Amino acid sequence: MARITASLYTSHIPAVGAAFDLGKTKEDYWKPVFGGYDFDKQWMKTHKPDVIFAVYNDHATAFSLAMIPTFAIMTGPEFNPADEGYGARPVPTVIGDPELASHIASEVIQQDFDLTMVNEIDVDHGLTVPLSCVFGEVEAWPCKIIPFAVNVVQHPVPSGARCLALGRAIGKAIMSYPEDINVHIWGTGGMSHQLQGPRAGLINKEWDNKFLDRLIDDPMGLAKTPNIEYVREAGSEGIELVMWLVARGAMADVVAGGSKPKVAHRFYHVPASNTAVGHLILENAA
Amino acid sequence: MALDKEFTQIPGTTVFDADQSRKGYWLNQFCMSLMKADNRARFKADERLYLDEWKMTEEQKQAVLARDLNRCIELGGNIYFLAKIGATDGRSFQQMAGGMTGMTEQEYRDMMIRGGRTIEGNRRIGEHGDAQRPRKDV
Repeated sequence: MARITASLYTSHIPAVGAAFDLGKTKEDYWKPVFGGYDFDKQWMKTHKPDVIFAVYNDHATAFSLAMIPTFAIMTGPEFNPADEGYGARPVPTVIGDPELASHIASEVIQQDFDLTMVNEIDVDHGLTVPLSCVFGEVEAWPCKIIPFAVNVVQHPVPSGARCLALGRAIGKAIMSYPEDINVHIWGTGGMSHQLQGPRAGLINKEWDNKFLDRLIDDPMGLAKTPNIEYVREAGSEGIELVMWLVARGAMADVVAGGSKPKVAHRFYHVPASNTAVGHLILENAA
Repeated sequence: MALDKEFTQIPGTTVFDADQSRKGYWLNQFCMSLMKADNRARFKADERLYLDEWKMTEEQKQAVLARDLNRCIELGGNIYFLAKIGATDGRSFQQMAGGMTGMTEQEYRDMMIRGGRTIEGNRRIGEHGDAQRPRKDV
């Protein structure tokens, strides 16, 4: 049967993607940001997944106001990096896993989460920047990737509690898949940032670090945080952090009362462009 | 169930909800059209002519022509959509975000390097933080 061995959490800042693509990773400004992902390269050698289930949001790239799905699972075979107005990022095509994605969709919908299924979509920086940070410069991504989009653009966006419960349903679905494969689940976005209005540039280190603490130790309690608190304390775009709870909900302690995950890596840095960078890797007990 | 009123009580912040989305529908969809190179070229060649192809209000068109992003947001724009105008102009997200604060590009960049804008005094309208008043009053 399929196993979920780890979850990974990271910001998905577009400027980080631009710095990566323009070869600026060793510059003074960017070095500490990319340094936070050095650990990942080693860790991935011994923890290589067959499939990554990656939770992200589309930033008015593939979903305009014409269609706003709250939860969308990508069941297609491959997804190209999107042109977001600056030209497409020069990174590999994302290869999906239509069989596993369809299995998850089927199981999760029957657990009363009404997902939208998407077969053709270009994926934006929300998905590709985390891949670049974790894997670096590669010819091809080392595994299959199932993108999963959450609406965090138009309010009301789903609550943390709903995201955690969805993660639990996704976790159960993955564990019921008959293939013997290793799956990682990723939550992306955040941490504190605000990109609009006179309050732009807001950073809340104290709140962010408490969020990381609670994501590790008290995900059920953290999931009760109302959406207004994310917007007020972590900035209007900090609401993206609800997506981290989808990934956290799929870990063994939440899904099946298993033991707490082990913290393999934790990183926090300010700033990258307008944003606080957070990154965490949690491992399920073997 | 309407959105919690508290969303309107955060200073210097407009929450993009269904009301804003309806108000800004064509403004945001115009922005989406700039994802295509041909449209960017036509917009740049004659901005007014291109804007007149869209069912936007005159106020929205004026706000775009003036690149007044705070005004665009007030009129229903969302930053992820408005960012397409910035991309067309060759501006980064940091330049766009900083431009809405009344600070110079360098001042904003320096603030971020120092750790960003503080939350203290900026949680609720009526406190005494640096994001309390709209840009025009600064």
